[in-house]
Amino acid sequence: MTMRADVMGLSFRGRTASIGFARGPLIRIGAGENSERAAGKPQDETLALREAIQSAAEQIAELAAAVGGEAAQILEFQVALLEDEDFLDPIFVSLGEGAPADKAWSSALDEQIADYNSASDEYLQARSSDLADLRDRVLRILRGGQAQVPKIPSGAVICADDLPPSRFLEIDWSGGGGLALLRGSPTSHVAMLARARGIPMVVQLGALPDAAIALLDGESATLELDPGAEQITLFERRREAHRKSRASARAVLRRPAPTWRGERIRLLINIQEVDDLEHADAQYADGIGLMRTEFLLSGPGGMPDEDTQFRTYDAVLHWADKRPVTIRTFDAGGDKPVAGFTPEGEANPFLGLRGLRLCLARPDLFKVQLRALARAAVRGNLKVMFPMVTVPAELEAARALFAEAVADLRAEGVGATLPELGIMVEVPAAAMAIGDFKASFFSIGSNDLAQYALACDRSNGALGTLMDPLHPAVLELIARTAEHGRRAGAPVSLCGDMASDPRCVPQLLYCGLRELSVNAPALAQIKQTIDRLSHGGSGG
Amino acid sequence: MLEKSADGPFITGKVRLVHAVGMHARPAVKLTKLAKRFQAQISIRASETADWINAKSVAKVMALRAPRDSVIEIKAHGEDAEAAVAALIDLVATDFPDTGA
Repeated sequence: MTMRADVMGLSFRGRTASIGFARGPLIRIGAGENSERAAGKPQDETLALREAIQSAAEQIAELAAAVGGEAAQILEFQVALLEDEDFLDPIFVSLGEGAPADKAWSSALDEQIADYNSASDEYLQARSSDLADLRDRVLRILRGGQAQVPKIPSGAVICADDLPPSRFLEIDWSGGGGLALLRGSPTSHVAMLARARGIPMVVQLGALPDAAIALLDGESATLELDPGAEQITLFERRREAHRKSRASARAVLRRPAPTWRGERIRLLINIQEVDDLEHADAQYADGIGLMRTEFLLSGPGGMPDEDTQFRTYDAVLHWADKRPVTIRTFDAGGDKPVAGFTPEGEANPFLGLRGLRLCLARPDLFKVQLRALARAAVRGNLKVMFPMVTVPAELEAARALFAEAVADLRAEGVGATLPELGIMVEVPAAAMAIGDFKASFFSIGSNDLAQYALACDRSNGALGTLMDPLHPAVLELIARTAEHGRRAGAPVSLCGDMASDPRCVPQLLYCGLRELSVNAPALAQIKQTIDRLSHGGSGG
Repeated sequence: MLEKSADGPFITGKVRLVHAVGMHARPAVKLTKLAKRFQAQISIRASETADWINAKSVAKVMALRAPRDSVIEIKAHGEDAEAAVAALIDLVATDFPDTGA
């Protein structure tokens, strides 16, 4: 533990899983901590496990009845597993062979968890925390501990590596509070629960030092530890603004599209994976402004084949119906390494072979994605964009590869077409020389654009306020891109975190942007922010 | 599609999975719950080359990793096999509706 004499606490940035604010004591909770049990005779172990499974099922059913709704549905999966003879039989067989009940149970569950963790689908990966939850509940009963929930003071900011859904449900959230997870995922069940309950949650914070007091801001995905007085004042101001807008925000979704200075503002959503479309607010979007495809690369077998990719893209186009869907080709490298794809041993991966640079260096793999996209392009309103473009030659090289893929497919008698092609604007050089690119549309990746313009690693929490996306230099690059798009008749949108941040939206509109792509949970608030600017404010 | 197999006591059927995210937790729970209401032995598979798995096991159904648009084949044998296959096809074809049951 370090003592600090300065008035400014440390600030850490993660990923938003649920928007909201919490200020309170920082409470760390760990995983199961009971000791192993001594194995009895096989029949005793069998009986012990039967009873433990029975009481676990009862506990979960009680919990489900108490919480109801979506949370109950999540718990149903755990109950179904406890009633699954095909799943349980091998465990009881190993008990017959003399294995202790706790070890047999946890190794069977660990095997399933590993299996889910290695799935290519982020949704399936997220299910592993449900299984860990189930494993720990049965183990607690077997090892004699009742489900002991540590006493958590009301309104605490709870810090854990990850948190299983049933632990979340056992915590009394009536006094507020929030969740700060070192790992975790915005698509986990616990994140769904937190959003449904309105509990702020930030994930992937990395290592955190000990602290007494925490400020958790689920809107900007920050956690401030042992804050100074000024930090607290600013935090409370943000919280108050959030509270006021939240109340009326969701009603705004059903209203017509917002306008600003007489122009329609298009609001699209970003998706990490297909499952994000299940968010209740997603249907109100004008389309998908950014579909990431990196999740396809993280499966155990590496990149999925053309058909699998095609089905994934097609599913999203089907969902979108006539609305536009902008899919970004693989953006690996930098802070998103992919084993077997991204280069190893780069001294500075953020400035290395990443994004389109990497895809052009691996045309064998890139071509598979381009073929799948060319086939999907005949199925809906598809646009494709390339990440990390620095010079026009890269766009043209990608376009040539794409055209080749289309020609190959047609020669094979497969329906394919070249979609509209655009680029991400995230390298400052591209923004400065924007007029040189023959792109049909532009999408500003403000996270990287700001990080490169300000020379600030965006994952380095110690840089704090220096990493300011509203810095005049960043805004200048955005305005420049927007102005070029307006003159060239090429739509320009912004899909970075700035678009989901109500504090940044006015500046983005002043920069000339008329299209923003936000995370689905932020859609209501951003729409309302724009409505306010055009009706209430003196924006004209 | 529901057909009686001529060369055995099996009732078989096929249905396309229209669920947007494929055979994930909630659809799998609904499918196994429904399958368990029948006496018949019910097996499913998500591709012609795969092994048949028990439709009453949620762990096995999840392990199918069946994506959207895959064709689920169902086969059943036993007294209520015909009703079982029809009910499961209906469940998948109507995209796993929420019912009070």
